[in-house]
Amino acid sequence: MNSKSDISLDRLAALVPDGAMLAVPKDSSGVAMAATRELLRRSVRGLHLLCVPTGGIQADILIGAGAVRTIETSAVTMGEYGPAPYFTAEMRESGIEIKDSTCPAVYAALQAAEKGLPFIPLRGLIGTDVLKHRQDWKVIDNPFASGDPIVVLPALRPDFALFHTPLADRYGNVFVGRQRDLMTMAHAASHTLVTVENITDDNLLDDPARAGSVLPSFYVSAIALAPRGAWPLALWDVYPDDEAAIARYLALARTDDGFARFLSEWPDGERAAA
Amino acid sequence: MSFSQTELLITSIARLLEGCRHVAVGASSPIPGAGALLARHRCAGGMRVSVLGSIAHNAFTNGGVELFDSAAEGRIDAFFLGGGQIDGEANINLVGTGSYPRGEVRWPGSFGSAYLYYLVPRVILFREEHSRRVMVRKVDFVSAAGVSQAGIYRPGGPYALLTGRCLLMFDRSRRRFTLKSIHPGQTVEEIRDHTGFDFDCPADVPQTPVPDARMLAAIRSTIRDEIAETYPRFAAGLAGA
Repeated sequence: MNSKSDISLDRLAALVPDGAMLAVPKDSSGVAMAATRELLRRSVRGLHLLCVPTGGIQADILIGAGAVRTIETSAVTMGEYGPAPYFTAEMRESGIEIKDSTCPAVYAALQAAEKGLPFIPLRGLIGTDVLKHRQDWKVIDNPFASGDPIVVLPALRPDFALFHTPLADRYGNVFVGRQRDLMTMAHAASHTLVTVENITDDNLLDDPARAGSVLPSFYVSAIALAPRGAWPLALWDVYPDDEAAIARYLALARTDDGFARFLSEWPDGERAAA
Repeated sequence: MSFSQTELLITSIARLLEGCRHVAVGASSPIPGAGALLARHRCAGGMRVSVLGSIAHNAFTNGGVELFDSAAEGRIDAFFLGGGQIDGEANINLVGTGSYPRGEVRWPGSFGSAYLYYLVPRVILFREEHSRRVMVRKVDFVSAAGVSQAGIYRPGGPYALLTGRCLLMFDRSRRRFTLKSIHPGQTVEEIRDHTGFDFDCPADVPQTPVPDARMLAAIRSTIRDEIAETYPRFAAGLAGA
């Protein structure tokens, strides 16, 4: 058994120090909710949360729990369920720093990091207030054609990428299916932490039909088993959203007492769904 | 044959997409999604439709970035954007009202608008609520600008604004909307009353074409089934065959 695969969930969560830049995927790509619960249990603080490229219930819970200092995202929403309550309220009232982005800028800045580049150009953006408020982005003249201003973004190299997938192997390789965003995140991040539904003894790279959808172990710092680890969110086509649980979060998160109650009920809800 | 407001909007979208080779539909967009699937149905498969969030109607295999990459390469002909606020120069605001960043109301964020609005040739603005709260003189925050200065690389931009009251077309050189058609039951005066910006209005504005029997039959069977995969609750609210 590879020492970094199959560690406990609390040990995996303990690897993320306060103040880390943490990259997390959008709701449909495989969100490590059980690991998020463990992060909150150890009262993580001061996170720079990078949503790739948008956030949902995970971002909202981390904000509600006071774990976030900076959020960098193209949007935070709970989709068909409605607005994310803590994000919506805290952006008006609190001191959380927001770095409003646009989806392709998040991807492009991560792609710069995975290529080891200092920056990357991106079309669009000129004339928007998104660009105006991003002091870290610049407009340069295309060096290969005159009269063509273009935005450049500094590379984003997260300290950690954290996500959940159905399967890893005991060699530390991780199946990411069609969720190529997870590959990009892992390539760009200094460390990648993965939770999975199952760990197999077979080497995932041995099957050529599947190997192209496997994140090789050298990007992966730690893997923890977490059955139903995306709950209450869906995991791809493996299991659907727990709609009642998400609706209950929205109902409870109207007050801080209700939010605390959601956190205390979380382990039971996750177990009941597993 | 009677029809619902939703069915009128779906058919209006399908008509706006005629001639497109590849239409993409973003998140939280059931009516645009149904409209795009209807457009594909009408041209017997001569159009590709990529519905984000769908598995059956989405062939992307390179992650979230593939939509943006293919848009920049000119492979996407049409896309849909909305706005908490939309103004008369087709600027859209998906971030919030008041000052920034601590304003009055915070919305989710700009998503891909600050990029796709510049690159996709036929961006259709869709917002069912047509009120002075939404259709404002000037947006509080520009998530994506309707028009750009000369010299800015911009093959894309606003094409039309479809609301619950009417259809307006955007003229990029004049930086103005023109009222194209009004939905059944609306008047030009009512539309002016509920719009916070000036727009051009011909002397005689036609009524928005209503869905024909074949389109209604398709929406109530094939399209309802297809959109149910991504938007089950929305599909459940559509009339059946």
